[in-house]
Amino acid sequence: MDAIKTFRSRTVVLAASDVDTDQIIPARFLTTTTRSGLGANLFADWRYGSDGAARADFVLNRPEAQGCTILVAGNNFGCGSSREHAPWALTDYGFRAVVSTQFADIFRANALKNRLVPVIVDQATHGWLVEHPGADVTVDLESTTLMLPAGRAVRFPLEPFARYCLMNGVDELGFLLGRQTEIVAYEQRLRSATVASVAG
Amino acid sequence: MDSPQTLFEKVWRPHEVAAETPDTPAILYIDLHLIHEVTSPQAFTVLRERGLGVRRPELTFATMDHSTPTRTEQVFGGAPIAIEAAARQVRELEVNCHAFGVELLGLRHARRGIVHVIGPELGLTQPGKTVVCGDSHTSTHGALGALAFGIGTTEVGHVLATQCLLQKKPRTLAINVNGRLAAGVTAKDLILAIIGTIGVAGGTGFVIEYRGATIRALDMDERMTVCNMSIEAGARAGMIAPDETTYAYLAGRLRVPQGEAWEQALEEWRQLPTDAGARFDKEIDIDAAALEPMVTYGTNPGMVIPISGSIPQRPGDAMFAKSLAYMGFEPGRPVAEQPVNVVFVGSCTNGRLSDLRDAASLLRGRKVAPGVQMLVVPGSKEVKRAAEAEGLHTVFLEAGAEWREPGCSMCLGMNGDLVPKGQYAVSTSNRNFEGRQGVGARTLLASPLTAAASAVRGRVTDPRELL
Ligand code: SF4
Repeated sequence: MDAIKTFRSRTVVLAASDVDTDQIIPARFLTTTTRSGLGANLFADWRYGSDGAARADFVLNRPEAQGCTILVAGNNFGCGSSREHAPWALTDYGFRAVVSTQFADIFRANALKNRLVPVIVDQATHGWLVEHPGADVTVDLESTTLMLPAGRAVRFPLEPFARYCLMNGVDELGFLLGRQTEIVAYEQRLRSATVASVAG
Repeated sequence: MDSPQTLFEKVWRPHEVAAETPDTPAILYIDLHLIHEVTSPQAFTVLRERGLGVRRPELTFATMDHSTPTRTEQVFGGAPIAIEAAARQVRELEVNCHAFGVELLGLRHARRGIVHVIGPELGLTQPGKTVVCGDSHTSTHGALGALAFGIGTTEVGHVLATQCLLQKKPRTLAINVNGRLAAGVTAKDLILAIIGTIGVAGGTGFVIEYRGATIRALDMDERMTVCNMSIEAGARAGMIAPDETTYAYLAGRLRVPQGEAWEQALEEWRQLPTDAGARFDKEIDIDAAALEPMVTYGTNPGMVIPISGSIPQRPGDAMFAKSLAYMGFEPGRPVAEQPVNVVFVGSCTNGRLSDLRDAASLLRGRKVAPGVQMLVVPGSKEVKRAAEAEGLHTVFLEAGAEWREPGCSMCLGMNGDLVPKGQYAVSTSNRNFEGRQGVGARTLLASPLTAAASAVRGRVTDPRELL
């Protein structure tokens, strides 16, 4: 996996709050059995009209949004279904970070596993970003800061472990597999302590 | 003496393979891993790519529910599964389960059903267990005193390969519910009212424990309805302490311990309820006696009002206005009397036997209003059999409703059971998101009683008018 240290982009703003994962990627696209190709249907019902044509009024379809890799989203982004297809669709489309005041728990966990950085900022910073679409910002993982134009910078919370995984290209499965000895010891402890089991 | 602990802590602690440190999350051991066709294929692909097996196939259990057909001929032969991609997912799960030694309740299995209905039904879900599934409504299983939460597909891979998850310890939220639910007011109305009170992000970062006399008085089906929608308040898990109601429900089920092992399990389960004096990070009180049947009017489950109420006014809130525009509603008007096109009774929220009994009780001797399509989809084959043994299917069919094979169906419309564009559906499911039941579909979430009453009248109806 690639290590991520810092990246810079203009922002694209989708300020609606409580955007659920059914909007990010509608259920009818979940019949896929792979991870790739979902970007084409990211926000499908907002992005395309019923005739399948791109809607000029949707923010991702505007010329200035092309190539942006940082999405500024509203509060409680990614609520609802646990579908990891949501971060798959966002990263496949090209996003590398989402900035919001709050993320739904499962979405945030899924995003981190797909190297999509959830950047949580305060209301004031968020308000500024919403009012300045296209702002040139930098996500820096070393200092866990979001750097805004004119030298302003705000720290964002990120667990040390998540930061370590992102910055070193470590994947959690590898980490867990490295802890096998403890897992085996746990299972042995358990076997001698209980008899309740699902086998019946 | 140990300090008093909550139910959550009593389940969490013994499952820590390694406790959380400042630099690493906890490693949590998983007792039961449920998988289904939609969120597992990519996880199996990772196992293959890395040459890994399933660590504890005997703790892993598969079913198919999300994209499966509900038309009998597509399930049992005579017609192919209408959606080719869904058929492919079904086949892929069969292949994966066979290759990795995982038990599967396949499409035609006599005990297949929605994953959150069959886990408890088979006795797989038990108090004190950690239960996960690649599905956010895994919170349902918390009704039995398990710690149960939804995970993403990458995490499905982690559990398949290691039987463990890396987890940050959540905080605890007690929701204390007291007062008797009035006639016609159900567990569904209670949880909708709770979500309306705390908001769709009110539970974010928390595990909820539902407590109080009202909760103790609920039967297991009702408790599952409540825990099921914890995620709609943002909480990954909802739990209810096990008690005699729980044990009576589990006794004799297929996969529970038997004989002496059952006695020993009971002994352990009785230790689980929250100790007197244990502290929660947050507490909220709800008066159940004051509740009415609830109905949603917007595009998230927190946009909910009592059925006698009116849609609130929120001048200047653009999101609110957009949501109402999608629904075709204006602020200040009631939702009651809104004409409806479709009624759906089913899903992991309200697809159990008592839900079907509720719906049938209002439909008996009545007809679904002309022009209304009503779909009744049992949560599992077991529910279907039990309902048919009581003759409920006859009530539905004679009223003019459709009686289908179990599955998620119109809850998310992946299998082609869709609400047409612009139409109004009263649905007993859990999400009224834009497009959830079909592109442009307008969903009103409600209880099975309200759904059935609305089907009879052809407009959103307070079920108490028909009781
Ligand atoms: S019934 Fe609906 S909410 Fe429940 S598991 Fe199926 S799709 Fe998800």
